[in-house]
Amino acid sequence: MSIRLPSALTPEGTVTDGSGPDGEETKRSAVLEAVDRFGDYWMLGVFVIMVLVFGFLSPSHDLFTRASWLNISQYAVEFLLLAIGQTFVIITGGIDLSDGAVLGFTGMVSGVVMQSLLNAHTNVTLTTVAGFATALLLGAVIGFVNGYLITRLKLPPFIVTLGTLTAIGAGATPLINGGNEVINLPSQIGTIGQTLIGGWIYVPVLVAGLSCIFMGLVLHRTRFGLRTYAIGSNGMGARRAGIGVDNHLVRVYTISGLLAGLAGMMVMANFTDASPLAGQNDELNAIAAVVIGGASLFGGRGHMLGTVVGTFIIALLVTGLVLVGVSGSWQEVATGVIVVAAVAGDQVRLRLAER
Amino acid sequence: MNVEGDSVSNEPPLVQLRGLTKSFGAVRALTQVDLEVPASQVTALAGDNGAGKSVLIKTLSGLWAPDSGEILWQGHPVHLHSPKDAEHLGITTIYQDLALCDNLDIVQNMFLGHEPLRLGALDEPTMEIAARKTLADLKVTTVRSIRQPVASLSGGQRQSVAVAKAVMSKARLVIMDEPTAALGVAQTGMVLDLIKTLSDQGVTVLLVSHNLNDVFEVADRIAVLHLGRMVAVGPASSFDTQVVVDFMTTGRSTRFSGDERAADLQN
Repeated sequence: MSIRLPSALTPEGTVTDGSGPDGEETKRSAVLEAVDRFGDYWMLGVFVIMVLVFGFLSPSHDLFTRASWLNISQYAVEFLLLAIGQTFVIITGGIDLSDGAVLGFTGMVSGVVMQSLLNAHTNVTLTTVAGFATALLLGAVIGFVNGYLITRLKLPPFIVTLGTLTAIGAGATPLINGGNEVINLPSQIGTIGQTLIGGWIYVPVLVAGLSCIFMGLVLHRTRFGLRTYAIGSNGMGARRAGIGVDNHLVRVYTISGLLAGLAGMMVMANFTDASPLAGQNDELNAIAAVVIGGASLFGGRGHMLGTVVGTFIIALLVTGLVLVGVSGSWQEVATGVIVVAAVAGDQVRLRLAER
Repeated sequence: MNVEGDSVSNEPPLVQLRGLTKSFGAVRALTQVDLEVPASQVTALAGDNGAGKSVLIKTLSGLWAPDSGEILWQGHPVHLHSPKDAEHLGITTIYQDLALCDNLDIVQNMFLGHEPLRLGALDEPTMEIAARKTLADLKVTTVRSIRQPVASLSGGQRQSVAVAKAVMSKARLVIMDEPTAALGVAQTGMVLDLIKTLSDQGVTVLLVSHNLNDVFEVADRIAVLHLGRMVAVGPASSFDTQVVVDFMTTGRSTRFSGDERAADLQN
């Protein structure tokens, strides 16, 4: 008989002692739990180490400055917004390759809409609101179509969203406005991007942060979140428990599209223009951030805090390598390596858990 | 385990199958199957591979409609067009794969599909209290924490969670498909105890099993299928292992005291 830990199962009159599982089992669970706990926090450790290493390697410790924080946080906004939606998608066991392309496409369409409204002398505030509405709605519609094709035609998410990525990113976006940037935008767009709150937080960073908190609560505290995990963990089991799996998946992809639309607006605010190049390859960074944050591409695992850490690891990697004077191509190499390392670490963890 | 006298025979059985027939193309899976499942008892359904056990339980759980015959629920004819219909009546089927979500914890698994909410969020305290109570009622005492992921549980504990989930959804009839097939001796004992507790609490159990030791340990009644026909039904006391084996393999037995139905064996 092994040592029995304080049981959560001792309500009125229940005797907890007796023929329980043998000692080996309890020990296995303890190992599993330790692995689990380690798995949840090791990337936070990696992040702290990266901050210290880059901080002390950078000339005159540039990383520990306000300017550097503003830089990194602003850079992280688009990846964070995409990674939030991607977290939900990946937890269901799917993938959304289209969100970077949706970011660029919604930004361009919204830019063109606002430009023509301004040309027609529409009220500036109204134009801005219309621009936001266009991007969010368009993003949601594209996400809905992704989800619809995946669930109703039973197509793999990889294929559907790859198709969307190609059709929109490579096809449609360059056709808008003759492939040129839209620069004639309402002044508010630029104001959003440049307004600092309390000297430390740009408005887009605040928007991304609030989205993160809200969607984090949805993921970890609501029925919708629980069912998202259930579907990724055991789709058949979820179906048998009476969950409308197909409808749920459509909603998840719609959320991903909506957030990509929001990201499109935030990128526009950062650069005060709408560019057909915006969002290109962002989906890879977003997926990397989610995976680094502890999500499993097989579904059922992942959490919002991990995604935030993952996003900042990538943002820090890029900024940090610039600070220590490493060229752009090597940043890509480093991102690739860290993604593979994160997935490998995940596999090792799973194998340990299975033992 | 009390069969003595069948004293409540005035009440209609919880479930009654009458002349159930089901074919798949040229293959007759069930032929004129009659079966009564009395309330609050454990009825074991025995039969060799291909005898029609899974077809029978899939019909009862609403997955397949019978070609002919009827299903009576508390004496009233019902039509089960989907698993939802069966669930509404209070029929829960626990398949061998258990349909649990490994990444979710015990509480989450038990409430999946009907999670209580408070202010739009999951009502965790209510869920934990109810889960604890249900598990305690079922005398499931070996899990360390109800917040541990199902992946970390033993086979018997996983069965317990699946059963608790059924109880949670107010199941009246729990159909268990080979619940001990993958379990060791100790774990099997645990599941059999669970089945007894379940029926003590008034839940009716239809147990599908190959393992005759299990059948004799928990069943109040035994029904034997052979090549799609119900060849024997009766109180467990009217059978012994050899008799059940005879019925399972040949469809008849010379030493049976109960209700033998092997009228016509040649197709």
